[in-house]
Amino acid sequence: MATKILIPTPLRSYTGNQDVVEAEGNTVGELLANMTARYTDLSKHLYADDGKLRSFVNIYVNDDDIRYLEREQTPVASGDTVSIIPSVAGGERS
Amino acid sequence: MGHWPGEKRASLPILSDASGYLLRGMALSMLVLHAAAEAGIRRHARESYPYECCGALIGCNQVVSEVFALPNTTEEGPRRRFLIRPVDYQAAELRATELGAELLGFYHSHPDSPAEPSQYDLDHAWPVFAYVILAVTAGKPAALTSWRLREDRLAFDEQPVTVE
Repeated sequence: MATKILIPTPLRSYTGNQDVVEAEGNTVGELLANMTARYTDLSKHLYADDGKLRSFVNIYVNDDDIRYLEREQTPVASGDTVSIIPSVAGGERS
Repeated sequence: MGHWPGEKRASLPILSDASGYLLRGMALSMLVLHAAAEAGIRRHARESYPYECCGALIGCNQVVSEVFALPNTTEEGPRRRFLIRPVDYQAAELRATELGAELLGFYHSHPDSPAEPSQYDLDHAWPVFAYVILAVTAGKPAALTSWRLREDRLAFDEQPVTVE
């Protein structure tokens, strides 16, 4: 089952400048794995060294943040849209 | 949408790709801030002092023609942190789309701290984007710099900035 994933501006250079890609999977985790298998340079910007999604990478299924669903086990159904939406954070030396 | 000042891009270096890197070598292309955009960053930083301000850089081909102020929603202390929520990030992308432009990056201020990226900045950086940092010293805007995350995520490279 192919599901659309919306790609934010800073990651489009890793998806052939596409703002939407399609990936296969029954859960968010499967979708992302399928996508990063195809666009391998995406991985380091989505995942930390421990393999977990970086804290400033937000994944939404339709309008819902997966942190409030079942995280990467969140199921995706036909017609769902998955979005990668950045948080942007920083600050001065502490 | 009427006149879009990004048309000045025709006079800019043509060797840079969409992400701003020169096609040959890794030298970073110049980030151009329109004078009104730079003034907007300085005004926002001054008005937000002693807290950090933040906002989006919008334009085309490394020419920032508009800045889009965004709320600093950090809960870690806005004197030394900023956070742009996903909903505000989406508003910035929408604003860029409405203008027929691109989201080029973000700016933030460093109150009473140098205009240099911190480890915290590095840990939270996105690729491709320009990160403009403005130092604010005793309430007065001072040095302004721009930085880009290296592809290996291990450091930033400083990007030359000009105002026109």
